[in-house]
Amino acid sequence: MRSFVENFPFFSIFLALLAGIVTATIRSGRVTYWITVCVCAAAAVLNAAVLEYTYLGDLNFTYTMGRFLAPYGNAIKCGPFQALLATVFSAVMATSLAGGRRDLFQDVLPEKQRLYFVMVDMLEASLLALTYTNDAFTGYVFIEISTIAACALVMAKDNGPNLIATIRYLFMSLVGSGLFLIGLTVLNSITGYLLMPSLAEAVAELRITGDYRIPLTVSVGLIVAGLGVKSAMFPFHLWLPDAHGGATTASSAILSGLVLKGYIVLLMVLILRVFSVELLAELGVTNVILAFGLLGMILGSIAAMRENHIKRMLAYSSVAQVGYIFMGVGLGSAEGLIASSFHILVHACCKPLLFLCAGRLSAVSGHHKSLRNLRGSAYRDVGAGLGFTVGAMSMIGIPLFGGFVSKLYFANAAVPTGMTAMILLTIALSTVLNALYYVPALLAIWVKPPAEDEAAVLADVHPEELAFDRSFTAAAAVLTLGIFVLGIFYHPITDVIEAGVRLI
Amino acid sequence: MLSDILQNRYAVTAVILFGVGFTNLMLQQNLLRKVIGFNIMDSAIFLLLASLGYIDGGVAPIVGDRGFDPLYINPIPSGLVLTGIVVSVSITAFSLALIQRIYRRYGTIEMRELLERAKKEDD
Repeated sequence: MRSFVENFPFFSIFLALLAGIVTATIRSGRVTYWITVCVCAAAAVLNAAVLEYTYLGDLNFTYTMGRFLAPYGNAIKCGPFQALLATVFSAVMATSLAGGRRDLFQDVLPEKQRLYFVMVDMLEASLLALTYTNDAFTGYVFIEISTIAACALVMAKDNGPNLIATIRYLFMSLVGSGLFLIGLTVLNSITGYLLMPSLAEAVAELRITGDYRIPLTVSVGLIVAGLGVKSAMFPFHLWLPDAHGGATTASSAILSGLVLKGYIVLLMVLILRVFSVELLAELGVTNVILAFGLLGMILGSIAAMRENHIKRMLAYSSVAQVGYIFMGVGLGSAEGLIASSFHILVHACCKPLLFLCAGRLSAVSGHHKSLRNLRGSAYRDVGAGLGFTVGAMSMIGIPLFGGFVSKLYFANAAVPTGMTAMILLTIALSTVLNALYYVPALLAIWVKPPAEDEAAVLADVHPEELAFDRSFTAAAAVLTLGIFVLGIFYHPITDVIEAGVRLI
Repeated sequence: MLSDILQNRYAVTAVILFGVGFTNLMLQQNLLRKVIGFNIMDSAIFLLLASLGYIDGGVAPIVGDRGFDPLYINPIPSGLVLTGIVVSVSITAFSLALIQRIYRRYGTIEMRELLERAKKEDD
């Protein structure tokens, strides 16, 4: 008899899909908001229960839909790794919505609000499904669902530049999913499977016999490139700053903190479960990922330094952080993947916090977004100022904050490779660059401008905006706490990730 | 060489079509042409998938009591094509709606002009 907990991953996906349908029928934006937040929170609780069950039992399980067994039916596979990520993703989704609440109800037209939440529910479902799926083609379907939902979140704030950013995002995503799909087709043509365990067996056999080496390389390359485009791997990141920088606060937080990660998680699962790290190293794919990751770390930060628009600066910083994650994947070892997974968690707490605080700081400065106009804004909402400071410190990598630990793990993972010096130098350089744009941003928000400048900015501010924002403060507090937990009590978390990678 | 191409004619056609669609999607400036490029790209993939499962002289995969003579056509690629078509239709509908929205606001669907206009609005 199976334990009842094993149903929870499926329940959480199904709950999110169901919430999407229900919210579409309800008129009131407020009600749909609460439904969505509750569903995300419930998914977090359900997945936390799965995490406890799988980690304490040191096990993983495969859950088949309906009564169709492996070769016919669809399956999800769950271990501590997936459960941990799903828990964090759902919790961050709920807090991002809560934190961006005021902006959201201002930016989105009242009659469109319920549709916005339909898209958030779909995004939650697809993120969970991408994390849990055991079938490569289901992965593809949910990639497309999350593409449409993510584009809709960008265009929810209905102004011209956002429409253009959305169409660019959509077309880049289409390129990505096209590459992924043809990669999958090629893989299917040489192995005959799409279910991950059968694929893994077939690929392992191909690796030993050496047959179909070229199609295999092409397929792996296409899959990596496709998912890379979607998650803004360095040379394919040009769509990101406009899309993430222009959207409403909650959308930016969700897109930057979570949606990019969904694709990377799928890539990691494919690497670990299907291709194996050794095969990727043999084919030379890891070196390419490593190179793109390192370039992204540097060039993303340089682009962020040149940006004055605070949200676009944060968006470019996401490019750099995705570079870190891909660098970890490109190290071609289990340690690298563990470091990357940890960084996914850190960034999933950190970037939403920064976006929420930036949104709040700009709200108390008359919705201006350039750093010049945000001077001294931290004093108008101290909570947002402190949250932004914590997020920035973690991004730079100060000890006790989450970002430091992931840099430590990256550095550790880099030691056994042949390119230790280069990787460590790049990490150091990227840290300096991070400091070079986060410190000026911190100075800007904490240093008071001349009185007449401040008066000019305050003239644009709606008096309601200055009122204490309860849901924002609560969300920022939760995310700040998350960063400190990841920075101080990181051992249990890395243990979970290690167990998860072993049991994947 | 020629016989190789003939043997793999579906795959070769699919790769050519994919290239045509991909370059259109990447290089065209007109948004509608980009959408058409995407559709060509997806059709190429569907052609490849459908040809993979096809067996000469095979029959529809309905399980009965006559065993494997004649052989069944592999149903999985066909199923994938159906799913893929649904996905591609919904993405096409979404992007067409978006393009219409953009045209109403800006009066043009040329990417280059749009980017310039957006930059001006941003300043």
